Amino acid sequence: MARRGIQEINAGSMADIAFLLLIFFLVATTMDIDTGISRLLPPMPEEDQKDDDDKIRERNVFVILINKQDQLFVERAVIDISELKEKTKEFFLNPNDDPDLPEKRPLTVDFFGDMMVSKGVISLRNDRGTSYGKYIAVQNELAAAVNELRDEICMDRFGKTYQNLDPLNETEKALIVAVKKVYPMAISEAEPVEIK
Amino acid sequence: MSRFKKESGKELKSINTASLPDIVFMLLFFFMVTTVMRETDLKVSVILPEATEIKKLEKKSLVSYIYIGKPHPNLQKTFGSEPRIQLNDTFATPEDIRDFITSEREQMDENDQKQMTVSLKIDQNTKMGIVTEVKQNLRKASALKIMYSSHKKVDESLLR
Repeated sequence: MARRGIQEINAGSMADIAFLLLIFFLVATTMDIDTGISRLLPPMPEEDQKDDDDKIRERNVFVILINKQDQLFVERAVIDISELKEKTKEFFLNPNDDPDLPEKRPLTVDFFGDMMVSKGVISLRNDRGTSYGKYIAVQNELAAAVNELRDEICMDRFGKTYQNLDPLNETEKALIVAVKKVYPMAISEAEPVEIK
Repeated sequence: MSRFKKESGKELKSINTASLPDIVFMLLFFFMVTTVMRETDLKVSVILPEATEIKKLEKKSLVSYIYIGKPHPNLQKTFGSEPRIQLNDTFATPEDIRDFITSEREQMDENDQKQMTVSLKIDQNTKMGIVTEVKQNLRKASALKIMYSSHKKVDESLLR
């Protein structure tokens, strides 16, 4: 074979090879973004820590129980989950200063000035047999109630909903912190009682 | 106008495909960069619950995953059909979570350790008993930032 200078490499199959790789990555790619409800667990209590639960007065606690048949007991009454959001909002707002609904305490918050902030706390208890789906549904309703309250006050004062506040913007970030002070996500989950 | 007529009269020219590899390579690099390979093989079947008040989870490098659900049908002979916890590639007991969290933490940058989030991917039919045990163990391991992984609920009023 006589050499006739350097032959050009045939690049015709390059496209095929690249396609092959492309299809592999297309198939292997997962584009799903993880979404969910974020919560902060309370730290483990110290051994010698005193139980200060009884300091909270009964009117300030919104008791939610879920039994193993996934039934919902709110303040000792059986209700449907669709009513939960309104009940929660009413509990935190207490518009008529009902003596059965939580007390309020004055608090000075940036942007809002002097506010009366509810002392209410939600107590969520569940049975070992409660299904996780129901538990998430309840958590979701509670989060929805608080988010709606936050939305309403933000819309009232600043003409923008809480959800639309941009955490990357410095002033709006401060506003988010302030709104969280006015309506904190106060959900307390009981220490599980071990029965042996 | 006559110019066009002349050309169309000629026999069909083949399209120049010389730039095709470039285009394909461009796409290829895009997918190579964006791909996150699945690190674990799921051994449990998980159908996530649905919720409306969800947030996106950012910074995947700070996230550890805990899966809870029934073992896959072909594994049920050996592992039973009760919901099990999966950490990395193996089935685990709630007590293993503390070791798991410690090892996950060690792999992270020191500055990021505080921001560590645990994503709980739990099947919606799981009973809360096992979930509570997992949560207690997370508290003991002081991994307090958690996320109940769930899908966005489709607004039913829009479907009607």
